[in-house]
Amino acid sequence: MAGLADTNHTQVVIIGGGVVGCAIFRRFAMGGLKPVLLEAGRDILSGASKANSALLHTGFDAPHGSLELSCMQNGYREYLGIREQLNLPLVKSGAMVVAWNEEELAKLDGIVAKAHANNVTDVVRIDREALRRQEPLLSPKAIGGVHVPGEHIIDPWSAPLAYVHQGIAHGGIVLRDCRVESGHFDGVWHLDTNQGEVTADLVINAAGNQGDIVEAINRPAPFRITPRKGQFVVFDKPAARLLKAIILPVPTARTKGIVICRTAFGNVLVGPTAEDQEDRIHAEVDQAALRQLMTRGAEMLPGLANIDVTAVYAGLRPATQFKDYQITAQPDRRWMTVAGIRSTGLTAALGIAQHVAGLYGASFGRLQDAEPIWTPVPNLCEENPRPYQNPLGCEILCHCEWVTRAEIDSALAGDFPAGDIGGLKRRTRAMMGRCQGFYCSAQVMAAAEGKLAP
Amino acid sequence: MKTHDVIILGAGPAGLSAAAELKRLGVNDIVIIDREQTGGGIPRHCGHTGYGLLQFGKLMTGPDFAKRLVDRVSDLDLRLGQTVVKLEPNGRLQLTGPRGLETLQAQKVLLATGARETPRSARLVSGTRPWGVMTTGALQQFAYLHGKAPFQRPIIIGSELVAFSALLTLGHVGVKAVAMIEEGPRITAWRPADWVARIGFGVPVMTDCRDLRILGQDRVEGLAFQRRGVTRTLDCDGVIFTGQFRPETALLTQSHLEIDPGTRGPVIDQLYRCTDPSYFAGGNLLRGIETAGQCYREGKSAAHAIHAALQDGLGAAATPIRIEAGGALSYVYPQRLTGRGPYDPLLFKARTRVATRGTLRVLADGREIWSRPISVLPERRIAWRVPAIDLTGVHHLTVDLQPRK
Repeated sequence: MAGLADTNHTQVVIIGGGVVGCAIFRRFAMGGLKPVLLEAGRDILSGASKANSALLHTGFDAPHGSLELSCMQNGYREYLGIREQLNLPLVKSGAMVVAWNEEELAKLDGIVAKAHANNVTDVVRIDREALRRQEPLLSPKAIGGVHVPGEHIIDPWSAPLAYVHQGIAHGGIVLRDCRVESGHFDGVWHLDTNQGEVTADLVINAAGNQGDIVEAINRPAPFRITPRKGQFVVFDKPAARLLKAIILPVPTARTKGIVICRTAFGNVLVGPTAEDQEDRIHAEVDQAALRQLMTRGAEMLPGLANIDVTAVYAGLRPATQFKDYQITAQPDRRWMTVAGIRSTGLTAALGIAQHVAGLYGASFGRLQDAEPIWTPVPNLCEENPRPYQNPLGCEILCHCEWVTRAEIDSALAGDFPAGDIGGLKRRTRAMMGRCQGFYCSAQVMAAAEGKLAP
Repeated sequence: MKTHDVIILGAGPAGLSAAAELKRLGVNDIVIIDREQTGGGIPRHCGHTGYGLLQFGKLMTGPDFAKRLVDRVSDLDLRLGQTVVKLEPNGRLQLTGPRGLETLQAQKVLLATGARETPRSARLVSGTRPWGVMTTGALQQFAYLHGKAPFQRPIIIGSELVAFSALLTLGHVGVKAVAMIEEGPRITAWRPADWVARIGFGVPVMTDCRDLRILGQDRVEGLAFQRRGVTRTLDCDGVIFTGQFRPETALLTQSHLEIDPGTRGPVIDQLYRCTDPSYFAGGNLLRGIETAGQCYREGKSAAHAIHAALQDGLGAAATPIRIEAGGALSYVYPQRLTGRGPYDPLLFKARTRVATRGTLRVLADGREIWSRPISVLPERRIAWRVPAIDLTGVHHLTVDLQPRK
């Protein structure tokens, strides 16, 4: 693995190894700039990108004409274009925006019109009966909907991991456990980190929930991050039989509301809540909120009432006082800002990277277009073949998620191994199933002994 | 494909005692499958003593007991490290392991996949989600199978018997718990256990602790809770959630077999038969936790039923009589009666969630046919036999516990 010594001076430093930072890292590495990605956590995806709803959005309901919409749609297209080479899953579920009362029903035509204006032309209004035919186990209280065939389910962790692997293959370097504490600019950037000084011709701030704090290294931040917490409940796998499409609510001004959908791993999730908080690090789950999500989930999809909870989690979305993304370049300061990427970051990441590359090109010269080196990642999606089905045999360590010893060994080896237990879980799903490690945690940790940060 | 006489799923006390008993009854073509690398089930990692007295006439540790169970069936086809991934109708199983995906077929399958504790997530406990939160079963495996202490100052949540196993397990790796915390008003295990914790281990036991909230980012840093109207925070580096065992039904929930929402285990009849008559079930899979000895006995009983079924001695299944739990009972099993009556005697097992004094009754189509006064504590097995009853013409049994006013 690369260390600080390899990065004495670099052309581009990206601060923040969330999905957005990872996608930018990939884009700039493929552009020939040998970027350095600095991540404060012990593995990528330690902040906002660790916890989201894992959906690939069409942008049908994004603000018309926004940067967010264009990044989402470009990101969506690029994901579909590269996912096979990177072995990234795509569960083509489609989505239903469901109206539960007359007031919501009245908004459906507007949703269709907005989708069409956003160039998502296959979005159609469906009546109660058609909804019932397509999602027969949904509560009969659903009175109508909008079908969005292009909304899909993806794996929120293997995608950014694949971006990082591809970036490394193209010459990029990732430093984890590397927290940028301060810096100054004298024609080049000198960043002080807990691992020493990193100098760079250009800094890209993709620091997620720390975005305004990192921005203050360069200038008084023109935005303020107020993390918005989203809690989720994940139901056990039998729930996946209860629905096909992603069930979306009719959105309000404040939030997209509570979603019910399958996951790429064969579970069903319900969430998120939307709670503003000051704390940028700690995303606590709260029993009362989780119970409310379960109640609301079972109101919409009654079969959920009989299904066990597998996991609960909470994530922090880096919201600012502005609705749209805050993406700018300050060429004289050799600094780029990529902030305020809220709940759509997973979809938009590749599109954001394209946009940032464009801004870079306008000021500093076009990035090269290298022939891509493909770095497929292991599949964790239930719909595709997994190693436990290998005809040559396997040894299963995690019995709930059927994770093999070979998968765990592989996640702990290579040029970008898991950096901590969370990273190992996200790379393999070990200990993430219904028993949450009752059966396997001692065996998994024994396999990882000496290979993970303490 | 070869059709085996019996496949037993799970090499714990229930599965292995069934295997030994079937062998004794002359059934030889038995395959025992377990996904772990060592047979014996949960006793494998219960390193303390308390096993074997009734079964083998001497007090043993869990691992010794597990080994004894395995050794008794060493001449049978015990396949370890093999995971069944699918149960199909009529006794057909798909499994994977060192030989890759395979299909096996048996005349009769015994499901004995045991139970596990309810983890923090399914308990909906508030707070952050750092490393260092685990169940007793996981702790036991760290301590007894790997000689590791995953933390130095943990807090134990719960006060069922298994919480005291957690204390012993911690002692084995030289760790003392900060406290034992119970959400209810009294400890769940038998009362002297309280003194064992306090005096024997020097660990304070606190009841009436509510609204648990886990603190910490990468690792556990503390536990906050409400006690008698006051918020308290204890520093700790681990949290052990003990008890609240539930059947390990991962395979069942994805299969054609019916599950009882009360026990959360398979619906069985008086002969341990599931809703597909080629499947039987026994041991902790039936309802959550009982002692290894109890599972051993059930495995043996299930073996007799399976043996009879192989001899075609159970007769054609008639329309089953449904049995439902009522009153203060959270569940009762068997959940149905099949085959010929009269049923003599009928063994019922049940539990309540709250301490109750009252009358235990059996009602046939609403008419009381049996009753007796009873006083029960929560999370204790209630087992009783109902002498010969003729249920000709009966469609529905209710078993209930009416609290005394």
